[in-house]
Amino acid sequence: MLRVDRLSAGYGEATVLRDVSLQVAAGEVVTLCGRNGAGKTTLLRAIMGLHRQVQGRIELLGTDLGRLPPHRRARLGLGWVPDDRGAYATLSVAESLTLPPVVGPEPWPLARVYEVFPALYARRGAAANTLSGGEQQMLALARVLRMGARLLLCDEPTEGLSPLLVGQIGTILREARTHGVTVLLVEQNLHFATTVADRHYVLAEGRIVEALDNDDVQAREHELLSYLGI
Amino acid sequence: MANFLEQTVNGLVNGGFYAMLALGLAVIFGMLKVVNFAHGAFYMLGAFGAYLCLRELGLSFWWALPLVPVVLGVLGMGLERAVIHRLTRLDPLYNFLLTFGLTLILQDLVKWRYGVSANPYEVPAALRGTLRAGSFEFPAYRVFVFGFAVLACAAVWWLLTRTRIGMVVRAATERPELTGALGIDVARWTTPVFGFGVALAGLAGVLAAPMQAVNPLMGADLIIVVFAVVVIGGLGSILGSVATGFGVGIAVAWAQAYAPPVVAQVLVFVVMAAVLLWRPAGLFGREETPA
Ligand SMILES: Nc1ncnc2c1ncn2[C@@H]1O[C@H](COP(=O)(O)OP(=O)(O)OP(=O)(O)O)[C@@H](O)[C@H]1O
Ligand SMILES: [Mg+2]
Repeated sequence: MLRVDRLSAGYGEATVLRDVSLQVAAGEVVTLCGRNGAGKTTLLRAIMGLHRQVQGRIELLGTDLGRLPPHRRARLGLGWVPDDRGAYATLSVAESLTLPPVVGPEPWPLARVYEVFPALYARRGAAANTLSGGEQQMLALARVLRMGARLLLCDEPTEGLSPLLVGQIGTILREARTHGVTVLLVEQNLHFATTVADRHYVLAEGRIVEALDNDDVQAREHELLSYLGI
Repeated sequence: MANFLEQTVNGLVNGGFYAMLALGLAVIFGMLKVVNFAHGAFYMLGAFGAYLCLRELGLSFWWALPLVPVVLGVLGMGLERAVIHRLTRLDPLYNFLLTFGLTLILQDLVKWRYGVSANPYEVPAALRGTLRAGSFEFPAYRVFVFGFAVLACAAVWWLLTRTRIGMVVRAATERPELTGALGIDVARWTTPVFGFGVALAGLAGVLAAPMQAVNPLMGADLIIVVFAVVVIGGLGSILGSVATGFGVGIAVAWAQAYAPPVVAQVLVFVVMAAVLLWRPAGLFGREETPA
């Protein structure tokens, strides 16, 4: 699905990512962990085409993304779930859901979205940025599922949410996955990561330092927590 | 009382012009982040367009009303493609230099071809009389202009809030990067939006032709007040431009009627300064959220 090959990225003089290579197969849920400032957001932005100072190769479904602008990448099936949740002040909840074009073979119909996210239905006429943090996160996920994105790029969707809401996000990601959606998930919460994902990459100082499966994570939890600076 | 009503109607008519011009500026600024200093020149071209339609082509006001804005809109789109779009990556100073330079070029082209003298343009025959309401009489054309301006603003409002095009424009205006990442080609929308704003200025110009002497500098004075309106309402705020446009129109008309002349002249700018001190983002503006 996604292949990142020797990707380097930076801001001006500062190099933030060095020769990062990773792969995500169709139908997988893969997390990207790393302490604050490790470069996780930069990596997702580079894949989305929002970060321009990059070298290396990114392939989606065998297509080299090269210098394609973000909207073309979205139309190839990338679903952007940004770290700030991307709630518009000038769009209602319903408008936010129908704003993106349908890009994949299996878009969620609006009725299904509202069934899975009753809170969004209840507030469908409200300005998106007046939702609670948890609802905004649900909206960000619902928005890319409605567009039928094949690969979700989720940047810390559980950050700042109550355990109950974190559980709901997990349910939704697992549900999306059973319908063939692939996910690359930035996540600091190791326990949550093992409940939704198959594999995990650990990013430290701009490099991938570990590639682990769930068993590895459980066996080496203490060591990993120190990587994450927790 | 009669005088008060008359002044209020005059204020609403002027307010209609302010509102239409400010609306175009707001839509353009929202989408392109370009302050179009050439807006007054497009308004002038609108009035000149109506004048030339009649003189050169024998086309009446009713033909000019739809035709001239469309032609100017296309011209606006051409200019956006040719030069304006380059501004997005440049320092705002270039924004000023380019659009102000454009104003001078457009004004001088018209001056060179048609001179600086005022050209009269008659009120269309159907709107020459007066309308009576009780014991008051209003010139029919002014009432028409007011009604037309309200309709035009309402139509733009409907377009922006009730249609898919409007939704895309709002999204791209508020968060261009996010909107691009959600699969929308934001750059594709800047050209028609600029053309649309220019067409609105042209429409205001056509409506102004029968009320004012049509001349190359007619946009230059008006646009200064319009910029004050835009600052008071909040740069880029749609509702703010329209409400402030009508509000300023009425306030100036009242000041002209009931206060020493100097008050009417400086009122708008004093209000602008006060608003800038009190609410720098304007009455209806949103504080810039750090990206
Ligand atoms: N716009 C920017 N200009 C300069 N440096 C930046 C910019 N954005 C991020 N950085 C730097 O790049 C590094 C990686 O940032 P990034 O946001 O990718 O980290 P992150 O892993 O997502 O962190 P967090 O867990 O805090 O979200 C950090 O050292 C950060 O200071
Ligand atoms: Mg981050």
